[in-house]
Amino acid sequence: MKPAAFEYFAPATVDETIELLSAHGEDAKILAGGQSLMPLMNLRLARPRVVIDINPVSALDYVRIGPRNELCIGALTRQRSLEQSALVKERNPLLAAAMPLIGHFQIRNRGTIGGSVVHADPAAELPAVTLALGAEFVAKSAAAERVIPAAGFFLEYMTTALRPTELLTEIRLLPLRAGCGWAIEEVARRRGDFAIVGVVALLQVGEAGLCEDARLALFGVSERPVRAERGEQVLLGNGPEPKAFAAAAQAVVDELDPVSDVHASGEYRREAAAFLMKKALHAALARARGERVDER
Amino acid sequence: MSAKRLVQLTVNGKSYERFVEARLTLADFLRNELDLTGTHLGCEHGVCGACTILFNGNAVRSCLLLAVQANGADIMTVEGLARNGELHPLQRAFQDQHALQCGFCTPGFLMTAFAFLKEFPHPTEDQAREAISGNICRCTGYQPIVEAVLQASEKTASERK
Repeated sequence: MKPAAFEYFAPATVDETIELLSAHGEDAKILAGGQSLMPLMNLRLARPRVVIDINPVSALDYVRIGPRNELCIGALTRQRSLEQSALVKERNPLLAAAMPLIGHFQIRNRGTIGGSVVHADPAAELPAVTLALGAEFVAKSAAAERVIPAAGFFLEYMTTALRPTELLTEIRLLPLRAGCGWAIEEVARRRGDFAIVGVVALLQVGEAGLCEDARLALFGVSERPVRAERGEQVLLGNGPEPKAFAAAAQAVVDELDPVSDVHASGEYRREAAAFLMKKALHAALARARGERVDER
Repeated sequence: MSAKRLVQLTVNGKSYERFVEARLTLADFLRNELDLTGTHLGCEHGVCGACTILFNGNAVRSCLLLAVQANGADIMTVEGLARNGELHPLQRAFQDQHALQCGFCTPGFLMTAFAFLKEFPHPTEDQAREAISGNICRCTGYQPIVEAVLQASEKTASERK
């Protein structure tokens, strides 16, 4: 229950961090908030030879508006700051609403947005939320900087498209269109636990009263967060009616084949996913119409 | 690899300096290097909350931090609550409400509640429950803990004016 020995670096800048990553590659682990890596190290499920602690890299802790009016979030920004940020609440209420669902406030005081998406736990909220929002992930290496779209970022169980020599520096979220409804719903055994199943819904209703855009994502149902495109197709061009929501939820779970594990059976996960998706679509519609929806 | 690094920090208003291995957790540092054994270790992977301390004013799990990360930090542990032999209102409330049995989880609950009441001096019962949801008590007795937090909220609030 104590970490194995490792070589420790605490670089103060992005450039120094990238230099260390170039030198140590696969042997190195980036330590951000430490709310996932430290438990793994304490249990010796992870025994990195080199730990690169980026907590001193304060240049990666920010929330600002970019040139495309997008929300740019430094990878080291704490979940608690995002939870309390007026800018986030105004620009991306879905992201703000997802924060209190992550662990407990003591966890969010340390946990970072970048750490959560890079850790890519398939039952975590932020990977599914960034997937539904079509986030862009900025990855920097000694050679170049590239932007990875969320659709190509989450590859498999706790694995992302990030290369061993790359550092995630920023998460970009394009603004939600005016009148876009949103919702995040999950079931967990206890408050703060990882979700057994969770869903994210974004819904845009056009002037003719029909669904113009729908983005649905799920967590806790697969080896990675998933977009439910068939469910989205069912909604497009249809009126936002309970019947359409039920059909979409059915289409969503028809695509799923969740595993059974100690927390829940695959069958339970499908049932719960369908229920949560309907609930999320109703909540998203209510928000799209400007109605108040209680969170939690 | 086991080269020791200097850690200088303030704990409960007192300055300390130690050379430690990078792999030493902050919780073990507090307990074994500084003999501040009020901080308890239950699960050592961030689930039980017994090791909760204040790190630069924020409640965190000290088992999920390295001691070297606390270089320059201002830390408060459960030993910092009482002043001049007088229990803190929160500790008094725990006593009044019988909010502990074996007491193992108590330091974590106290530090969590301390941080929470700083931010929400007049919490509702629901907020108090939410605040302590990240701490586990195995004697089972959350109801008196909630009551203690609510009792203390009045006192801390009046102290702060």
